[in-house]
Amino acid sequence: MTQSTSSPEAPTESDYGTHPGAAANRVFRWLSTGAGALILITLAAVATFLLAEAWPAIAMGSEELGETVSFIKPDQGQSLMEIIGYLIFGTLVISVIALLIATPVAIGIALFISHYAPRRLAQGLGYMIDLLAAVPSVVYGLWGVAVLVPFMQPFYQFLADYLGFIPIFAPPESGEIFTGRVAMSAGIVLAIMILPIITAVSREVFLQTPTLHEEAALAMGATRWEMIKMAVFPFGRSGMIGATMLGLGRALGETMAVLMIISPGLTFSAAVLQPNQHNTIAAYIALQFPEANSMGVNSLIAMGLALFVITLLVNMLARWIVSRRKDFSGAN
Amino acid sequence: MSKRIDINNLNVYYGEFLAVEDVSLSIEPKSITAFIGPSGCGKSTFLRTLNRMHEVIPGARVEGEVLIDGVNLYGDNVDPVTVRRHVGMVFQRPNPFPTMSIAENVLAGYRLNNKRVSRSDADDLVEESLRGANLWNEVKDRLDRPGSSLSGGQQQRLCIARAIAIKPDVLLMDEPCSALDPISTLAIEDLMAELKDQYTIVIVTHNMQQAARVSDRTAFFNIAGTGKPGKLIEMNETPVMFSTPSEKATEDYISGRFG
Repeated sequence: MTQSTSSPEAPTESDYGTHPGAAANRVFRWLSTGAGALILITLAAVATFLLAEAWPAIAMGSEELGETVSFIKPDQGQSLMEIIGYLIFGTLVISVIALLIATPVAIGIALFISHYAPRRLAQGLGYMIDLLAAVPSVVYGLWGVAVLVPFMQPFYQFLADYLGFIPIFAPPESGEIFTGRVAMSAGIVLAIMILPIITAVSREVFLQTPTLHEEAALAMGATRWEMIKMAVFPFGRSGMIGATMLGLGRALGETMAVLMIISPGLTFSAAVLQPNQHNTIAAYIALQFPEANSMGVNSLIAMGLALFVITLLVNMLARWIVSRRKDFSGAN
Repeated sequence: MSKRIDINNLNVYYGEFLAVEDVSLSIEPKSITAFIGPSGCGKSTFLRTLNRMHEVIPGARVEGEVLIDGVNLYGDNVDPVTVRRHVGMVFQRPNPFPTMSIAENVLAGYRLNNKRVSRSDADDLVEESLRGANLWNEVKDRLDRPGSSLSGGQQQRLCIARAIAIKPDVLLMDEPCSALDPISTLAIEDLMAELKDQYTIVIVTHNMQQAARVSDRTAFFNIAGTGKPGKLIEMNETPVMFSTPSEKATEDYISGRFG
């Protein structure tokens, strides 16, 4: 086998040396390292672009910016930062509505599919949910405007009439809700849009629950629901948070449906049933971009930077929630 | 608290497949009954019919009767959830809830029946159950640590503590020592000997020395071949089974002349 030994019986180091497959192993290692590095490079490139392009607008005085950019109106007391503030608020309000509606429903569907439904029904339902994810957002927007908005209007009026004393449901000054093109409608449509991703991820997590833990709960006399509380939810907790954050990520960035549904405005109002109060960053950028001059584009990119930062913060928050009580995570 | 179990003509199915055929036997209170037999002979499947855990698997069902002090567990008005609160179970692999602390694990089953437990009652029950499972001295200073931080043998004793915390009539053990080292195995066997003063214990084991050491009565299950149902070959006092069994198959298995 080796050429260097005089007696063929005596083994040498090279008998224990390189083996076939070593090269492939090395190549694969560098490929996967490269793929990992690519993520960091992309993220850094996006962040650098946003910072560099946003900077001229951020650095420019608000007077001067107001003169150059048509959608910033200093005479109405608006500066770039104020607009960003209003938009962050609007984005968060609409996303939170979407999450509050979508998360419980999605977890309910996921549990039904993973632990209650007969196998065949579960499969069919799973496909249906995945199909929901395939509907383009512009179609959701059209459906929202044509069907949901008129359908919801009487309910909004009801809420305003009976719960209007709560600031969230406060009606406009006239007391009448003339249009359903409000933050609430946008939130509902977004909820339907993020439902599939939260459902799909939660379902996968619930199916991963170790049979061992499920049987431990059942064997001590837990009902199905008690078993789910004892074994499935604790095991799937970080997965459910991850699923919700994925949904939130989509809700924060959604443009088309919001743009089509909402009657936009810039305020810090909590009244989600009033039109002309809220708008989201993404929808605002899409609305202003075609008419924007070069400094206008810089201003819009500054808003994009704000969206980037919010998304980053949301994800860090989610990580932090997941990492608390790591000892109890069930990963060991 | 301990109760007698009589099984009459029990057939156990997975869907259309007959896994265990026509078993009739009696399990005495305040004693340890061991089920032995080769892999796949249906002894674990049979054990799981005694607390209706068998039917957790989709398509699984039984025909026949399991009487606990005369009450048929498969009667029309019997709820399997209630059955399991009377017939506790310990599994092959230790399965404490990883997201719960040691104390919470012990209380997990008790809380199902008693929504409000006062702090001092809970502390008393945790200590009593952990002492009952010979684990108290090892964990009393870290009751708020996760159950998964214990060693395998300790985890298994924690599972026994969790099972006896709800004061069951019967304790089923499905190969409780097969994932444990010899020292932990000995600890569990000692514990079983103490527990039989209060409970009816049924244990499935692959380890014939273990069956000979701990049990009062032994039942031998066998299978004619793959795809055939498992059957009860014979059952008797443990010393008799291991010295002068009446069936040739039992003698072959016990003396190791079996594949």
